[in-house]
Amino acid sequence: MWLNQFLFFAAVLFSIGVYGVLTRKNAVLVLMSIELILNSVNINLVAFGAYNQDIAGQVFALFIIAVAAAEVGVGLAIVLLIYRNRRSIDVSEADLLKG
Amino acid sequence: MIAVVAPLIATTSWAPNIFFWTIAVVATAAALKMVTTDNVVHAALYLLIVLAAVAAVYVILGAEFAAATQVMVYIGAILVLLLFGVMLTRARIGGDDDLNYPQRWIGALVATALFAVMGYSLWEAFGDDQLPDDRVVQRTSDVADSIFGSYIVPFEAISVLLLAALIGAVVVARKD
Repeated sequence: MWLNQFLFFAAVLFSIGVYGVLTRKNAVLVLMSIELILNSVNINLVAFGAYNQDIAGQVFALFIIAVAAAEVGVGLAIVLLIYRNRRSIDVSEADLLKG
Repeated sequence: MIAVVAPLIATTSWAPNIFFWTIAVVATAAALKMVTTDNVVHAALYLLIVLAAVAAVYVILGAEFAAATQVMVYIGAILVLLLFGVMLTRARIGGDDDLNYPQRWIGALVATALFAVMGYSLWEAFGDDQLPDDRVVQRTSDVADSIFGSYIVPFEAISVLLLAALIGAVVVARKD
């Protein structure tokens, strides 16, 4: 098996995730697209771990999974707070910091 | 017939490739539906397909503990958390035509350009490099030895980060 077939699969998922982050208005959907991006990074790490026969790839993939869990917890708390204050989670309406 | 096919099966590792390409096509289609669907709950279910496919790719690569963790943490915890987020923000059940920015072609352009750049550099860097044929499954005990041996400091840092993030989430989302 080629190394590149895994890396290209990850690149496709990453690009789709970036498209989702850029085009979605709903904040929960933006968080889902970020999960897609983090997953593609994990595929890269595990693929390189198998390529070099090094356990470190898998270990760092596990670290990223833990960070993703923390990220989605804090992210959803912020989204809930925005919803409670503005009755909407449209990210284009949360523009209080716009100059 | 079998005498002709059997050596072919023995010398080429076609079975993992068939699995891989099936999984890759399903995951890509599900990811595309996830970023284009009009229904928030459907998007979460398409995300489930992608996450399960990524776990299957870990199995193909011989990373058994990462695959199990992917299923438990992503599918079991993060996806449920996202569905709770959908529920608590009262997303419209059954179709919502106001989920996307009108200028979607800019996003498509950026994503395509990003993929072109990444694809070109990946091809330049790795070409047709093969994964080693005699690669072994990376055992969970080796992962444990590594985490609690050489990576003990990052592991403790991650633990504190997770604790801080969860306490922070409770404090932020609490009604007072």
